[in-house]
Amino acid sequence: MQLSRRLLGSRRCHSGWGLVLALVTAVTSAAAQQTLTVAAFPAVDQIILAAIPTWKKLHPDVDIKVVSRQFVDHHTAMTTALSTSFYLPDVMALEVGYVGRFAQGGGLDDLAKPPYDIKKHQSRFVPYALAQATNRAGAVVAAPADIGPGTLLYRTDILGKAGLDESSLTRSWDSYVDAGIKIKATTGAYLMAHARDMKDIVIRAGIQPGEGLYFDAKSNVLVTTPRFVRAFELARKVRQNKLDAKVNAWTNEWSEGFKRGTVATQMTGAWLAGHLNNWLAPDTKGLWRAAQLPDNAFAAYGGTFLAIARGAPAQHKALAWEFVQMMTLNRDLQLRAFKSQDAFPALLETYDDPFFEQPIAFLGGQKARLGWRDATQKIVAVSVHKQDAFADEVINTELDKVLDRGKDIQLALSDAQRLLEKRARR
Amino acid sequence: MNLLSSLRLSPKWAPYVFVSPFLLLFLIFGVFPLAFSLYLAFQSWEPTSGLSAMHYVGFENYSFALQDEWFWKSLKNTAWLALVSGVPQHVVAIPLAYFIHSSFSRLRNGVVGAYFLPYITSTVAISILFSSLFSTDFGLINLGLRVLHEIPGLGWLLPAQAIDWLNDPDHIKPAISLIVFWRYVGFNVVLYLAALQTIPKDIYEAATMDGAGRLQQFFYITLPSLKPMIFFGVTLSVIGGMQLFEEPFILTGGRGGSDQAGMTTAIYLYRMAFDFNDFGAASAMSWLLFVVVGALTWLTNRAFRPRDASH
Repeated sequence: MQLSRRLLGSRRCHSGWGLVLALVTAVTSAAAQQTLTVAAFPAVDQIILAAIPTWKKLHPDVDIKVVSRQFVDHHTAMTTALSTSFYLPDVMALEVGYVGRFAQGGGLDDLAKPPYDIKKHQSRFVPYALAQATNRAGAVVAAPADIGPGTLLYRTDILGKAGLDESSLTRSWDSYVDAGIKIKATTGAYLMAHARDMKDIVIRAGIQPGEGLYFDAKSNVLVTTPRFVRAFELARKVRQNKLDAKVNAWTNEWSEGFKRGTVATQMTGAWLAGHLNNWLAPDTKGLWRAAQLPDNAFAAYGGTFLAIARGAPAQHKALAWEFVQMMTLNRDLQLRAFKSQDAFPALLETYDDPFFEQPIAFLGGQKARLGWRDATQKIVAVSVHKQDAFADEVINTELDKVLDRGKDIQLALSDAQRLLEKRARR
Repeated sequence: MNLLSSLRLSPKWAPYVFVSPFLLLFLIFGVFPLAFSLYLAFQSWEPTSGLSAMHYVGFENYSFALQDEWFWKSLKNTAWLALVSGVPQHVVAIPLAYFIHSSFSRLRNGVVGAYFLPYITSTVAISILFSSLFSTDFGLINLGLRVLHEIPGLGWLLPAQAIDWLNDPDHIKPAISLIVFWRYVGFNVVLYLAALQTIPKDIYEAATMDGAGRLQQFFYITLPSLKPMIFFGVTLSVIGGMQLFEEPFILTGGRGGSDQAGMTTAIYLYRMAFDFNDFGAASAMSWLLFVVVGALTWLTNRAFRPRDASH
């Protein structure tokens, strides 16, 4: 008391402090302002920020705090947060690759159970999207916010110089490779960035129901099945005919390949068209077209999901679920994200919007979104396994040995089988 | 005055209070992770299920690690990188230090500073810069090689095509070794320079009077006197080399490179934890690496320890 008197001075100041204190406590108790923390990465953070005004109309007293980290850092932070239950956000955005990894444990709330009951909205989502977030036990661990339908982007001018048309690319894998040989001979451009891209697609064709990419439902290893052999054979054919530029995605050489027109096609998610337009190769506007993937293959490249952690603050879970529903089931917000960030909607109700019929200037006025919309109906969800990331690495390594050192395909795949069998059940 | 005197530390407590910041940080960031990692090495843990999901599995993680092909592959890579980056560090640093010691007097500090500079810069920043220098089509190193190839007398020694430093498994290892060598050679020069300055000049004068040439003096006087410092430097190189992480991690984009050519054990155990979500095996591997480093350090000790009998 003595100290406070000396520090604060006169009696008048003393009563003034009391008034301030009373005011502060009144304000904080009256509003009971809540804050929901949403963890995301670029560009999902932009989509969420753009959705805040809509949220405020529903819940004016609930703030949304967006914690955005770079892609890999975000997922590492989520792994750490889930493992220690510290600093868990109320809602977390996850990319499809990580959903599989996190789905196996019990860290994310099962949205199929009450009070979430996401299954009653099942028919509103693109079928494969919800299946991608479902783990082997049948739990739906996340809600799809956007998806990435696979497409074949190709340079129509290079194709024209080689005297080819789109059907020669898409009719079958063999015709795709033959077209590549002709393109190389006439224009000198590579067919694709890396032979691995070929392998990535072909292994996804012919997956039986209930099977994962590398493992089946009982954790048996599938890498010696025919789809892998065919994938490796086609990739080897591409390399033997020198049709790939041997550049990895997202490197400087890869983007230079687009800028300089040395790569004729890229199998990728539909979102790459936006990236090419914005920063990868804006000067090539009008020269690209989009087609379906060759040989009637349909695959997904990427996709964002929103999940609620089991250990997230319980008092916010109801609001968190409302937020997730708003982001994934609100037609306007899904379309807004599509128009501004190229985030292809997972919500079927958006598919009748005239935006799909708008020509895309970068693709020479092509109404590519219609084709992508059709593709979403045909994509089959692939079940995920805990060791998928490791299997990916092993198969890529064996492919490198086949391509660079001429290793025999059967030997490579059986080596991969041996490595994966040791860890399939860990 | 009352306030100030109540805040004054008594001499009984002062030492502990002053030591406590370091001790606290060391306990939190040094001892706790070590202890937790040792505990974790005996557990099986699916990290995203939370801390309660750990269950005891005994030595299973260790036996898995010892049978894992990739673990042995990473140890081989690490040994290769440690040797190829470590040996030149010392083989170059000793004559260089001797040369600086005998030739420069006024410029010595500047020259030593220039060699030492790489050691004090950020490893990550250097690695990022080097990865763009090593770029196949646009990097300066390939540009330099191309220019040198044009020189008539020298050209036949150099490759005609651009070397794919970062993606080719045969070339990523020399690239990493080059960066590590460049970084630590200056550090070793400083160490050896300090040791050289402790050798008394009389011994050299006596040797000159006995007719010993410069080369003989180097091999029979300088090197044996440097032995304790070589022991120290080699131990540091062994420990640092076996724990190599930052340079290969940045250069290979965090994945260990094509055919895991650049994957050191430290990178592999990091990937085991954060990419493959197997924290138990990663912890077991880190302790196995500790055993390897310990064994190598003991061997170094045996090799360089002053042997009383020979003196």
